[in-house]
Amino acid sequence: MSVKLSTRQVGDVSVVDVAGRITLGEGSSALRETLRDMVGKNQKKILLNLGDVSYIDSSGIGELVSGFTSVTNSGGQLKLLNLNKRVKDLLQITKLYTVFDVHDDEAHAIRSFT
Amino acid sequence: MGDPSRPATESVERSLDSTLESVDHAEDLAVGLARRVGFGEEDLMKIGLAVRESMVNAVVHGNRYNTNKKVRFSASMNGGRFTVRVADEGDGFDYAHLPDPLTPENLLRTSGRGIFLIRSFMDDFHARRLEPGGTEVTLVKFAVSK
Repeated sequence: MSVKLSTRQVGDVSVVDVAGRITLGEGSSALRETLRDMVGKNQKKILLNLGDVSYIDSSGIGELVSGFTSVTNSGGQLKLLNLNKRVKDLLQITKLYTVFDVHDDEAHAIRSFT
Repeated sequence: MGDPSRPATESVERSLDSTLESVDHAEDLAVGLARRVGFGEEDLMKIGLAVRESMVNAVVHGNRYNTNKKVRFSASMNGGRFTVRVADEGDGFDYAHLPDPLTPENLLRTSGRGIFLIRSFMDDFHARRLEPGGTEVTLVKFAVSK
């Protein structure tokens, strides 16, 4: 399995549930296209739920950074939800953990958008 | 952590096409061998990601998906030393002068973290130019980490 992305709306926050692998190729492309599409539709509050992400490589990390930058530059906010140990470790080792606003509880994450 | 009581020599070697499928295949081969010789899940994750990043560099940046160029992959366990070699047929790559992905000016770059992750996850990493062309990287993980 590569990656599966599904989007749902919770109030004015767009939640993207990501499952599978975010690696170079199909996985990172799918994430890039989804976020580009959301920015294009002027969605300003995006919550990426990475709870079911089994694997992420440097390309996947690059897509998270690219999405963060793109959303932020368009005046929006991109936050992360439910990082498993593997993803959390990678974000910590690359010093990106403090760049992202990371949450463990969806309701809390939704409320944190301004 | 590997099991140092298992000093048996095992190895696998392949000549792979310059495709992303080869990246997956090499990672599976390396992780499979590492598992058989006793590495634990944490080390398997590190070895797998390091091999993936090395293979991506060879396929994408070295051979540039050229169907006429191959990636030579090998993995072996010898006396507690797990060694992976990945060689491409590209134009060469200057591993000695890579920007530090942790500095503030590079933190939000969308690429340039692969080698950093390999160095972070393996006990030893080095690269050498091949004649007449290409680059070979060597990754080492010790069964009992230094």
